[in-house]
Amino acid sequence: MHVPDGFLSLQTAVGAAAISAVVVGECVRRLHRTLEPRQVPLMGLAATFVFAAQMLNFPVAGGTSGHLLGATLAAVLLGPAAAVLVMIAVLVVQCLVFADGGLLALGANALNMAVIGSLAGGGIYRLVRRLGVGLRGTVTAAAFAAWCSVLLAATACAVELALSDTAPARLVLPAMIGVHAVIGLGEAVITALVLVSIAAIRPELVGGGEPTTHRRTSLVPGGLLLALALAALGAPFASSLPDGLEWVATRFGFEHRAVATAGAPLPDYAVPGIGSPLLATALAGVAGTLLMLGVSYLLGRLLVPSGRRQRSET
Amino acid sequence: MRHDFLDRYSRLASPVHALPAWLKALATLTLVMAMAVARPSWWPALVVATALLVAGAWLSRIPAGFLLRRLLLLEPVVVVVATLALWQPDGGMRFALLVARSTLSLAALILFTNTTPFGEVLELLRRCRVPSLLVTVLALMYRYVFVLVDEAARLQRARASRAFSRSAARSWRSVASGAGQLFVRSSERAERVFTAMCARGWRP
Repeated sequence: MHVPDGFLSLQTAVGAAAISAVVVGECVRRLHRTLEPRQVPLMGLAATFVFAAQMLNFPVAGGTSGHLLGATLAAVLLGPAAAVLVMIAVLVVQCLVFADGGLLALGANALNMAVIGSLAGGGIYRLVRRLGVGLRGTVTAAAFAAWCSVLLAATACAVELALSDTAPARLVLPAMIGVHAVIGLGEAVITALVLVSIAAIRPELVGGGEPTTHRRTSLVPGGLLLALALAALGAPFASSLPDGLEWVATRFGFEHRAVATAGAPLPDYAVPGIGSPLLATALAGVAGTLLMLGVSYLLGRLLVPSGRRQRSET
Repeated sequence: MRHDFLDRYSRLASPVHALPAWLKALATLTLVMAMAVARPSWWPALVVATALLVAGAWLSRIPAGFLLRRLLLLEPVVVVVATLALWQPDGGMRFALLVARSTLSLAALILFTNTTPFGEVLELLRRCRVPSLLVTVLALMYRYVFVLVDEAARLQRARASRAFSRSAARSWRSVASGAGQLFVRSSERAERVFTAMCARGWRP
């Protein structure tokens, strides 16, 4: 998902960099208040860890392999604010040492993978974390959050490419979301597996110093609430956003707009038999999200035997 | 182990290496920004940029094969992203422009990273008012990336030598437990690093 230079317009790149800079400033301010001195080297080593962990290959069918992205893992282990900084450090080293990811695109890459990746991953993790108990709850929440975080980062990336007039929104948005729904599945499984193996060696490292008092909230109302929230989010995401982008494109006088919309080779996401395309897209989004929540739950059950619970620290 | 995956040529003695880091960074950024706004009618600018980069690479005394290999390694990403433009009207032209812009930007970045030691980059970031916490994290990263990549390689070698398996599920588990082990080792190392830093008078 590292966008190279040359694909983003100057406005998009500078705008994304400005947003990233503001968020990083806020994260640093927060960390200065809460961070203990001994956690500073931990952040440095954690950034190195994410960098090295991205080099470990997980075999996928057909001789290809995937690797961890790590934003959600970092957010679960260190907290979201520290994770933003850690991921930005990883991106800076990849850009300024390996030329992986563009220099002008660094702000946009930071926005997608560090800011959105870590904050969405960390936020969704904390939200879903309440649904379960112990290590199993942690693993379930982390897997689901990892999937969401990859998907949201990819969406942001697609929006930036579309805003830069590099590719039409109607093509790049479904393509990026579709591909990353699968990549996110890998990220979810790897994140869950890594967390389980860390918990097996040093259980206190998993949870990032959060209070370990778990209230057992009933799964049904929590899940319903989440589905509702995602339905509200999903509709504008999948359906009206391309229109919004086209509106922006017309406003700023980008050419070729009409042809791009008419000749889109991919049909829109839709649930057959439902009239309103907005509602249909929202339903498709909710169904996919609920399915992933189910997959995460199964993953938690599969990876954490019921006898082994996270020990609460005194 | 050999560690020339990082910084292999960034300490050569050449006119390009001798230039101050800020000047090189500014030049790279200017070129990349010019590429971001380049239009097909600007092809002379693309030719000039190519000539400048070739001259810079030649003056830097870095083996051309090394620079080209780095470029080719990253070029597939460029081509794949650029194919998105083929669905636009006038796609062939857009595709060619995107590939040209992106390749030249990439070449400029590769030249910059291979002629400027990372220590100088850090100093530049510090002077540009990048938060000191981020610069500290970057400095620590640069210091320990060799150590951790070594550690990761050792873990993978150990796994390969004792647990050969063609089952994908099993190998995912063992790679993940390697990664978990790596995190535990890094956090334990962070404790020792903290003690050592304090002993040398470090204050956050």
